[in-house]
Amino acid sequence: MATIQAASEQRPVIQLVNVNKTYPNGVQGLKNLNISIGQGEFVIVIGLSGAGKSTMLRSINRLNEITSGDILIDGQSITRAKGKALRDIRRNIGMIFQSFNLVKRSSVLRNVLTGRVAYHSTLNMMLGIFPKKDKEIAYDALKRVNLAEKVYTRADELSGGQQQRVSIARALAQEPKIILADEPVASLDPITTERVMDDLLRINRELGITVLVNLHSIELARKYGDRIIGLRGGELVFNGPTAEATDSTLRAIYGEAILEEEDNKGEA
Amino acid sequence: MIPNQTTLPKKTGKVKFFTTLSMLLIIIVVSAIITDVDIWQLLTNLGQAGYILEQMSHPDWSYVSVVLGPLVETIRMAILGTAFGAILAFPFSLYVARNMESSKAVSGVLRFINNIIRTIPELLLAAVFVAVFGIGPFAGIIALAIFSFGMVTKLFFESIETIDEGPIEALKSSGANRLEIMRFGVIPQVISYYWNFVLFAFEINIRASTVLGYIGAGGIGIFLSRALKQVRYDRVAVIILIIFVVVLAIDYVSNKVREKLS
Ligand SMILES: Nc1ncnc2c1ncn2[C@@H]1O[C@H](COP(=O)(O)OP(=O)(O)O)[C@@H](O)[C@H]1O
Ligand SMILES: [Mg+2]
Repeated sequence: MATIQAASEQRPVIQLVNVNKTYPNGVQGLKNLNISIGQGEFVIVIGLSGAGKSTMLRSINRLNEITSGDILIDGQSITRAKGKALRDIRRNIGMIFQSFNLVKRSSVLRNVLTGRVAYHSTLNMMLGIFPKKDKEIAYDALKRVNLAEKVYTRADELSGGQQQRVSIARALAQEPKIILADEPVASLDPITTERVMDDLLRINRELGITVLVNLHSIELARKYGDRIIGLRGGELVFNGPTAEATDSTLRAIYGEAILEEEDNKGEA
Repeated sequence: MIPNQTTLPKKTGKVKFFTTLSMLLIIIVVSAIITDVDIWQLLTNLGQAGYILEQMSHPDWSYVSVVLGPLVETIRMAILGTAFGAILAFPFSLYVARNMESSKAVSGVLRFINNIIRTIPELLLAAVFVAVFGIGPFAGIIALAIFSFGMVTKLFFESIETIDEGPIEALKSSGANRLEIMRFGVIPQVISYYWNFVLFAFEINIRASTVLGYIGAGGIGIFLSRALKQVRYDRVAVIILIIFVVVLAIDYVSNKVREKLS
């Protein structure tokens, strides 16, 4: 029933099959998307603001409901999953947000540990008891993003870039198969942007985690992506290796605006 | 510094202030007429106040040992009442806050009930419970618990409604269930508000519990009422002083703790 595209030779871990999403106000967020993403790929989703990038990403872990079609994670439909089955699929998908979404008053360790919550019984979690192994996992995750020394710092005492890397560590603590990042660098300066993107790339290469990143910037997309997916008005308008996403191709699809996004980013 | 200051438009605040003031005066005069306040009687009674004050300036210190027990009971009533109310208010607030994805119908009904509870004065509650459970501290504790519950719930659920939704989304996306989302995404954001409101309720309850005895709901109030009836202003002075010291001390400590919390 799913059409697996030639672009991903590997076993697909994310498959979108005829996905449509219409918001209650009638806006069509996604239009008949068919996309397949293979194990270990680093894919970047580009498009002007309002193109449907966030809608697509948030549909993959079902923070958004889709209107029709199906989304498969590792061959299993998340669209039809319910209750515990849905939460088990989500546990395998880490998510990184533009606004970091940390608990600002809690310590860095506490924040990273929340990535472990779904692995344990609700009762233990209500009592706040994490096994020792979890603290090790959390600490290892922090080491991966070079923030080991901040483990007991309060989250709101960190810079934006550091907070985003804590949120990457939180996603890593989930030991996920997939990481989704929705404009992870949109509120960061160029230098911290590079650090965050480097961290994501390293995680992809070293741990084999499939990474899907929404970006405004073509330049960053070209620098980091194995593959680029282009959206426009909720439709798939480009899907291919980074090398094929040349200026002239993109200009033909989006016009001049997409190449100028650099200058007016900041909108989600 | 700023050129052309004369172009700055005048504040309209003054006009508003005088309008409010004259409205207030009119309201006061009208209500005095309606309720038959006798200004003359008010003034003649001032003489009696002088007598009372004179009596009060010689407190009967031996009475301290008598009211110490009831004083402790008063404090205990306030503590228990606050504690019961606050413990109930915690899950209740988490449920009724509009951003907590609870059943809209159920939480609407619960909020409505809470609003009704909050309109009933504490003394009235206590009077009802004295009638139901008989004279004694139990009635007072229940009244204080219900009052604290209403107040803490209202303040707490409203502060829950202002939290950052980001962590909730992050937890949801990691596969956490509803309780776990509350435990790690919501509670850490609001717990210091909660303690703040509980202490605030306790401060109010300490004051209220001293009066509750008046209507037979336990504590030091009954001694105050007795001393007044016996025209023993030397004892009234002792009781008022003791209450004053206790309220002041508890307010001080509570304020210090609340400063630490925020
Ligand atoms: N909650 C919502 N309700 C209604 N329309 C929405 C909502 N979220 C997004 N949209 C609309 O869906 C389209 C795609 O939005 P989005 O996925 O956020 O785009 P992007 O992330 O690429 O900027 C836009 O037209 C946007 O206005
Ligand atoms: Mg977006």
